[in-house]
Amino acid sequence: MRLQKATRCALYAILELASDPKRQLSANEIAEKYDISTNHLAKVLRSLGREGLVEAVRGAGGGYRFSGNAKRTTLLDVIRLFETVETVSAGEREPGDETAEGLALTQVTMEIEAIERATFNSITLDTMLKLVGRYRK
Amino acid sequence: MNVSSSDGRSFSIRTVTADDMSAVADLDQRISGIAKHDYWQDVFERYGGRRKGRFFLMAEDGNKKLLGYIMGEVRAWEFDSPPCGWVFGINVDSDGRLGGIGTALFQAICDGFRKVGVHTVRTTVSRKNELVMSFFRSQGMMASHYIQLETELDP
Repeated sequence: MRLQKATRCALYAILELASDPKRQLSANEIAEKYDISTNHLAKVLRSLGREGLVEAVRGAGGGYRFSGNAKRTTLLDVIRLFETVETVSAGEREPGDETAEGLALTQVTMEIEAIERATFNSITLDTMLKLVGRYRK
Repeated sequence: MNVSSSDGRSFSIRTVTADDMSAVADLDQRISGIAKHDYWQDVFERYGGRRKGRFFLMAEDGNKKLLGYIMGEVRAWEFDSPPCGWVFGINVDSDGRLGGIGTALFQAICDGFRKVGVHTVRTTVSRKNELVMSFFRSQGMMASHYIQLETELDP
């Protein structure tokens, strides 16, 4: 699965901010590190702000800081804000779906989706930061 | 082994004895909702006490109240896997969660595995049990190259 651009921006920004919740960073600083558009990131940060995951700090030296609970926020919580996490069974019926072959194909696809969903929903931001730490060593 | 929880409470970790089995079975029943006294008797016979490569550890507070337990063993060459540590059971009382008890139990069993020369630890968890999966993830566990498969048997 390839995450959409906005989702990846959001995950980079939230991991950057959650790595040090006391620190505030501007959209520019985050955008520069991950080589992403500042305008795009600003929109993403506003969405994260509406969910209470980041807060904007006004004034000189202002920026954004993490305001969520890193041990209780999963990757799926963030992904859901930017893209539809829809299962095959919940989607529109396609031709052939009701045939034996279609049902078997749906079962296989659902197996893949269930693993994907469980993985995203069992990894918290706190766990991700530990994983990031392994790559920094 | 004495440990302090993240909220400042102290507890200790030790090997489960026969006298602890009733409390262990009760804790499991409170969490799972299923009484399994025969199962626990069998687990104690196979994993209780100090046996090389087998671990049945518990955490208790200063009043000897059971806070949680973990079970595991070293398994070798099943499906061509070199020796690795298997964790096949962990439970922490609902009141004691988020205090580091599960982490301390997990670290203690990993120390046990290391002492017998094992450097990989593995477990199985239902993908529907996201609480437990999230706990193992927080300990650094990722999907292994083994996939568990099952089928329903025809009557």
